[in-house]
Amino acid sequence: MTETKRAPPHGQAGRLIVFEGLDGSGKSTQARLLVKWLAAQGYRVFSTEWNSSDMVSEVIRRGKKKNLLTPTTFSLLHAVDFADRFERQIAPPLRAGYIVVCDRYAYTAFVRDAARGCDPQWVRNLYSFAPLPDKVLYFRVPVSTSLHRKVLSRQKISYYEAGMDLGLSDEVVDSYERFQTRLKREYDRLAPLDGFVTVRADRPVEEVLRQVRQEIRPLLVGFPKAEALVHA
Amino acid sequence: MRRTFGSPLPGFSSEHLRGHLIVLEGADGSGRTTEVGLLRDWLEIRGHPVVDTGLRRSTLVGPEIDRAKQRHTLSATTMALFYAADFADQLENKILPSLAAGSTVLADRYTYTLMARAVVRGASREWARRLYGFALEPDLTVFLDARPEILLHRAIARYGSLDYWESGMDLSLSRDRFESFFRYQDRLRSEFDWMAGEYAFRRIDANRDPAAVHREVIASVAPIYLDGHGGEDPDAATLRAPPARSADDASVASPTARPPAPRAPAARSRRRRRA
Repeated sequence: MTETKRAPPHGQAGRLIVFEGLDGSGKSTQARLLVKWLAAQGYRVFSTEWNSSDMVSEVIRRGKKKNLLTPTTFSLLHAVDFADRFERQIAPPLRAGYIVVCDRYAYTAFVRDAARGCDPQWVRNLYSFAPLPDKVLYFRVPVSTSLHRKVLSRQKISYYEAGMDLGLSDEVVDSYERFQTRLKREYDRLAPLDGFVTVRADRPVEEVLRQVRQEIRPLLVGFPKAEALVHA
Repeated sequence: MRRTFGSPLPGFSSEHLRGHLIVLEGADGSGRTTEVGLLRDWLEIRGHPVVDTGLRRSTLVGPEIDRAKQRHTLSATTMALFYAADFADQLENKILPSLAAGSTVLADRYTYTLMARAVVRGASREWARRLYGFALEPDLTVFLDARPEILLHRAIARYGSLDYWESGMDLSLSRDRFESFFRYQDRLRSEFDWMAGEYAFRRIDANRDPAAVHREVIASVAPIYLDGHGGEDPDAATLRAPPARSADDASVASPTARPPAPRAPAARSRRRRRA
């Protein structure tokens, strides 16, 4: 299976920790809490999110208006964005010896692009510049939980978030549910292939947090704190 | 059967692609654009409607690419992905629909140039090849092979200077542009040399005048049109005459320089197809 042929470990001074999961799985909250916990212990921490740059948002907006975007261009544009973000925001702190916490990483693209019908091996190749993380935590929740949290938070569900471009349903919430079901199936498929640590995230925050810390602790053994770096 | 270079393209179905995809590759100054114009006329006079396409012309990401290029802010990997997005847009929104409509698509450069540029900037051949795995394999790829000295003289004759990008100045090969131009073109050429074998290019010696090159281009293209349209047409003789000014004069290929002839034969060919 060439699909599992992964990028080599980053070999940098820092640590790369990735949080993945559906929208509303609570991963962003957990990422924020982890960053606070690590910083409080004196580690140098850096966190990033999977945010589209203005440039790509603009292109996507224009493409949507003119109905020009296809699964392939959509996938490539997100790869452009991630490559740029990786080189600017992730690689430098990783080399400088930081613990870098990523709220979503290349796996988000693997999952979304596969759900849109792109060839998984082709997508893997696009992202082969992205090094293998030290740990990937997959926040697994039922689709109903994801939807429930999304609706409760009163956030507007965006066109692409709902996978409306796939024509699964004309109704946003229905489309969202179907699309997230596809994404979950893909995450579940990747979990053993990519060595995700699956976190049952439909539990109270404190319980999930305990498991997250437990998973992260081994990465900190012998890892220098900020003070040590400065005065070494 | 038409196919892509490797990976499936979502939503792609090859069965309705009736037109032919012909690619002309070659460095700046190889006479590529001139030959595209001449070939276009040759085909349309024979009743084959032509749609031409080139690189970095899409409406989707074109403006952003230009901006990124000017600012020099994106890395080689990011730019390579950006060009691929632009190419995919043209493939899906222009090339494939045109082929489905029965037109010949003449591509003034194709994925090969994009792959070569990515590789000389540090990408692996394998990565670049797989990146463009979704692209349609052309019916024919003509490679206009010209010596760097020829390219140099044509560039100077045309622009009076050497272009920053065509000299590969972003690669920091040399701070001297003249030197950089040679080293960069050399690297590109060795990529094309490799691809010429790998992708079965029809290599044509482009160190000669456009009319001679054109004759050889036609000889390669004609067999694709085996329905009796590929033969000699006395009316086309005027088009084969060498262009009036410099060897690479772009005006030869411009729409204003083209005779109005193509329209009628195109209509004729459509009628014939229906019959």
